[in-house]
Amino acid sequence: MSWAIDIIERMFEYGEMSSSAAALVSPWPGSPVSANDTVRELQAKIRQMQATKLDSRSIATHPAIAELLPGGSLKQGSSYSVESSTTLLMALLAGPSAAGSWCGVVGVPEFGVEAAAGFGIDLGRLVLVPHPGEHWLAVTSAIADVLTIVVARPSKRVSEGSIARLAARIRQRGATMIVLGSWPQSEAMLSVSGSSWEGIGNGHGYLSARQVTVTVSTRSGGRPRSTRLWLPDTEQQFRPVNAYSGATFSAPAAIDESFHEAAG
Amino acid sequence: MTRPQTRAVARAQPVNRVMVLWCPDWPISAALLAYGLPRDAAIALVDRGEVFACSAAARREGVRRGLRLREAQARCTTLLVFPYDSGLDSRSFEPVLAAIEETMPGTQLIRPGTCVLMARGPARYYGGEEEAALWLLDRLDSINVHGSRIGIADGPFTAERAARQQKRQRIQIVPEGESAAFLAPLPIGLLDQPPLVTLVRRLGIRTLGDFVALPAGSVRDRFGEDGARLHALAGGLDSRPVIPRVPPEQLDSSVDFWPPLDRIDQVTFGFRASADRFIEGLVAAKLVCTALRIEVESEAGEISERGWLHPRSFSAADVVDRVRWQLQGGSGLSGSGLGSAITRVRVIPESIDSIGNHEDGLWGSGPDERVHHGLSRVQSMLGHGAVLTAVMGGGRTIADRQNLIAWGDTPVSTKPEAQPWPGRLPPPAPTTVFPIASQVSVTASSGEQVDLNDRGMLSGVPDRFSATNSLRDSRPVRAWAGPWPVDERWWDADTHRAASRFQLVDADGTAWLLLLEDHRWWAEARYD
Repeated sequence: MSWAIDIIERMFEYGEMSSSAAALVSPWPGSPVSANDTVRELQAKIRQMQATKLDSRSIATHPAIAELLPGGSLKQGSSYSVESSTTLLMALLAGPSAAGSWCGVVGVPEFGVEAAAGFGIDLGRLVLVPHPGEHWLAVTSAIADVLTIVVARPSKRVSEGSIARLAARIRQRGATMIVLGSWPQSEAMLSVSGSSWEGIGNGHGYLSARQVTVTVSTRSGGRPRSTRLWLPDTEQQFRPVNAYSGATFSAPAAIDESFHEAAG
Repeated sequence: MTRPQTRAVARAQPVNRVMVLWCPDWPISAALLAYGLPRDAAIALVDRGEVFACSAAARREGVRRGLRLREAQARCTTLLVFPYDSGLDSRSFEPVLAAIEETMPGTQLIRPGTCVLMARGPARYYGGEEEAALWLLDRLDSINVHGSRIGIADGPFTAERAARQQKRQRIQIVPEGESAAFLAPLPIGLLDQPPLVTLVRRLGIRTLGDFVALPAGSVRDRFGEDGARLHALAGGLDSRPVIPRVPPEQLDSSVDFWPPLDRIDQVTFGFRASADRFIEGLVAAKLVCTALRIEVESEAGEISERGWLHPRSFSAADVVDRVRWQLQGGSGLSGSGLGSAITRVRVIPESIDSIGNHEDGLWGSGPDERVHHGLSRVQSMLGHGAVLTAVMGGGRTIADRQNLIAWGDTPVSTKPEAQPWPGRLPPPAPTTVFPIASQVSVTASSGEQVDLNDRGMLSGVPDRFSATNSLRDSRPVRAWAGPWPVDERWWDADTHRAASRFQLVDADGTAWLLLLEDHRWWAEARYD
């Protein structure tokens, strides 16, 4: 019963009583499920507990994205995965890099350095390993030993065992890993959708700003949270799209868009 | 009235007999040796657009020092032109100094091509000053340094003047105490002090003798300590002692392989002990090495040479790593960078520093050192060029603006970013820059590919876009802008580039930076 006590202790410590208690109660009352399902449920429970059991210190995160992430910021020792948007990746890196952390990018030869510099990532503390080849795992672990944030794209299918080893290494070293693509151990998965560009028309203008919906789904399986962000806005900053702060800005943008649609 | 006085002073001082060796046109001799040219080639060394030195053959054709390059080439059409490299001069004079030191001790380098020795010791050993000079010339001829001249006199100034005399004999001896008489007819311009020389010339003094005739006290009053020194020099009273150089310690380390090795791991393993010895030698001399040069010789006589920098200082394992990277870097037979098996590896320290400046602090030297160690480990896994840092540069294309340099190397000088670069893309910059541009297709509503005519007009409005260049994947274009022509370096056929850039947003909301070059569309980057 020690684990149950543990859960209850956790509950009070983190004030997550409602959700944890609900999760604890739900599988058992009506249990028409087989033993396998029960085992899976329990495993999920253990994983969730492991994640929260970490002495996880948060690292500086860009405020626009921080509120979407579980726990309100990027955590040391955790992995996050980003789907199909390098801008979102750079938005994640910008906060820690500006706060003085070192960032490493492994296996992403197309990483746009100029954009990174424009978004506030310090190039003096950015290390690129574009082609790790077959040494992907070793290089990522070696980089995670010394740098605060590691961005990685798994070069090919990696085995479950090596994923677990890498996750343990990262947890031990207190690094943060951001994986481009899906990653089974990730704390949260970030993706973008509904991207709409400003400043460009049919044959005139140029790309100047973009609004996207950023969706974050967590491993514990809660409801995905999403918000509309400028990624980036015309000043190359990231900020939420909302009525009061962007009143002067978003109104003409909306007109612009309707105009484009009319023109198109 | 004054001259007898100065002579009297000369006798009072201890006489300092010295021998000056002068190799005429040393920059030219060094360049001929370095570029492997015949001795009668007409070559000129150019510094900032003007001839710095020229060979005898070129001089016969009318090339002179200080001539503009174009005029020199007009005078001598077969002239070979090389940039002047003062480092090469010093480097190639080093073996000459070593050869002199084998024959006679106590050499002082004045400048590459000229050195001074104490004459007394060799004169006693070889039985006379002239005999000693003959031995020295013999030794130099034996190491292929021809045409050198020797002057022997009281003090380096007079001896150098004697060596530089335009006479047939290669050895000029000014007897003891005769220096003032020897210098007297020489022009005043030989004193290396242009303001004083100009002024004294205006006073009607043309030769060193005239200058010496001025009373020493008056010269000191008018020109100060510096003038008094030159006055004494012109009178043959050169009190500068010869400070023999300390032969540099042999810090380099090399290992010979017999039989030659053709596998990289064998070479690095065989080199490990010498790397240890190399670092131990440095530590014993209380030095650390921050830059070194590695020479690898192969059986066929090829030499692969490369300099390596280290942001801190080399350890033995670092040196072995650099040897391996240098061997892996080439793409020759067996990946060694050389065509045949390797016979010799040599490490030469290029810049060294006192060990005290590089000692770790009591609690380590902060996080950056840890970062460096970790990244060096990755470098030893993947190779030197696999770990990169980025520096922004100036330019119009994305490739020009982002410069990637290997970890530990110093950034090469790039074009300044701050200058205006008309025609560059406005921010935001694309976040995904394809290392190799991929071909895409942009079609008009008629189904034909959109193209530009000679006047830069589009043949149609972009309607559908396919990122994979196949019609099956094509999707509607939501917005587009362009063309923005980029026509760079039209004066240079090799680097000339003419293309048109477009920005395009597809139906998913992904934006692309496209390039239309030679009627084909390329995706250069993506805003995702």
